[in-house]
Amino acid sequence: MRRLLGQVGLYLLVAVIIFYAVFPFYYAIVSSLKPASQLFKLEYFPTSWAWDNYVSVFREQPFATNIFNSLVVSVSVVALSLLLGVTAAYALGRVQFRGRGVLLMMILGVSMFPQVAVLSGMFELVRAFGLYNNLFSLTLSYMIFTIPFTVWVLTTFMRGLPKELEEAAVMDGASPWTIITRVFMPLLWPALVTTGLLAFIAAWNEFLFALTFTLTNTQRTVPVAIALITGASQHELPWGNIMAASVIVTVPVVLLVLFFQRRIVSGLTAGAVKG
Amino acid sequence: MASLQGAVLDKSIATSEPSELTRSRIASAWLFLAPMLFLLFLVAGWPLVRTIWFGFTDANLADLSSWKFVGFDNYLDHEDGKWIGLLVDSEWWRAVWNTVRFTLISVTLETIFGMVIALVLNASFPGRGVVRTAVLIPWAVPTIVSAKMWSWMLNDQFGIINDALMKLGFISHPLAWTANPDLSMIAVIMVDVWKTTPFMALLLLAGLQMLPSDCFEAAKVDGINPVKVFFKVTLPLIRPAVMVAVIFRALDSLRIFDLIYVLTSNSKDTMSMSVYARQQLVDFQEVGYGSAASTLLFMTVAVLIIVYMTVGRVRFDKE
Repeated sequence: MRRLLGQVGLYLLVAVIIFYAVFPFYYAIVSSLKPASQLFKLEYFPTSWAWDNYVSVFREQPFATNIFNSLVVSVSVVALSLLLGVTAAYALGRVQFRGRGVLLMMILGVSMFPQVAVLSGMFELVRAFGLYNNLFSLTLSYMIFTIPFTVWVLTTFMRGLPKELEEAAVMDGASPWTIITRVFMPLLWPALVTTGLLAFIAAWNEFLFALTFTLTNTQRTVPVAIALITGASQHELPWGNIMAASVIVTVPVVLLVLFFQRRIVSGLTAGAVKG
Repeated sequence: MASLQGAVLDKSIATSEPSELTRSRIASAWLFLAPMLFLLFLVAGWPLVRTIWFGFTDANLADLSSWKFVGFDNYLDHEDGKWIGLLVDSEWWRAVWNTVRFTLISVTLETIFGMVIALVLNASFPGRGVVRTAVLIPWAVPTIVSAKMWSWMLNDQFGIINDALMKLGFISHPLAWTANPDLSMIAVIMVDVWKTTPFMALLLLAGLQMLPSDCFEAAKVDGINPVKVFFKVTLPLIRPAVMVAVIFRALDSLRIFDLIYVLTSNSKDTMSMSVYARQQLVDFQEVGYGSAASTLLFMTVAVLIIVYMTVGRVRFDKE
């Protein structure tokens, strides 16, 4: 009897957790599919299936451009941070040298940095490079949070690889670059997928730098575009459009996360637990 | 042959006289580190130094090249018989208090809820995969989107939360969650807890899964109450994992910007240190004053990290 009660309790808890986690996104989808006339009628279940909001979000602002911008920034951030991350992780994970501990600590310290602490210095830098209102300013500034965890996670994976492989390659006279590209890269693919995904999501979601370093509608990334959707007045926000835009930018991320969930979970916890 | 080489490599590390091979390995290691270190210096080190420097000037955003050194005037200055500056600015202290309050409450709630979810995910029952998948959704939703989704749900006239609470009889009239000064911080915390509890749960779950199973089996055989097992066995064992997760989350909460900025814009009742600093920097163009505020936030976080590393005796260079 007590066992049965325990089972019922567990499943009740499970139901509450699932409801709590899923409901807000579910409700955004329901709201986004309502025509403007019904938006202010409260409904818990979808009754209509209207795509008006999805059409108007692309018509009333350059939302397709914003999505393209976000893609450009995120992909370039992933490419750059993986390139720098793999080479650095090889040095930090496979070679013993003095100062390695300090470097790792410094890199971890940067990941804890409040981004606003570099805002004015970064602003000056962005202007000096002539990158203000340019997407490349975002690629550059996002390195501040993607490099630390890319290096950290890849170093952890690198350390776990068997020593014998590298030794055999060294014996055959392979250079460190050949060792990285020919010996480690094939083994590192899972780790690269994990860190690449995490970097992509972080860049896709970033807001502070994107808000500060871009000015015009056509240079904005999606989070900024969504945050700045306004209606005729402060109190007339076009909620239908906002919900449609939110669903559009979230669905790909959610699908990625659900598809690669094991990899992402291992990446998220690798740095924290083993550190 | 390979293992012989390994022995040579290991030995050369231990002795003070590094071999030719080791030296060339170390040289190439630094070469491989150089691009990453350079970029990190460019986007983190240098801008940080400049921000701290700007904090001692009267720089303005309109023209960053002309500024005057003003010493500590941005922090504290005596002028016309009055103290002015950040350290006597009540709005700054309000932002500090908002940030601290937000961090304490939300991290506490996230730890408790995260632990509950982690324990559920650690139990074996059919459908566990579904729960884990569902729990990952809030983490995957961009912060801006979650702020917008919740501000729609919390809308005073048409929000589903007011509707549900009224139908359930908890409130008699709709509440202005994001506008009411007494409620806006609760709203911010509510959204943050929803968004970040999954991360907490995953970290704690990773901690739980590393525990040896034998002591739990022993407790089970002895028929000890699961609640007692949790407090007497599980909790002491995963305390290090909990501490790491709490520190990560707390440092992240101290710098919160986007959620508060989107949910309640520049309202004084919820403004965090980051929101305050950015408002000074960008909206008011006061780069000097804003940089001083950013520097104080940075110092706070830096001191906390140093204290944590010293107290926790964290070691980073272990194999």
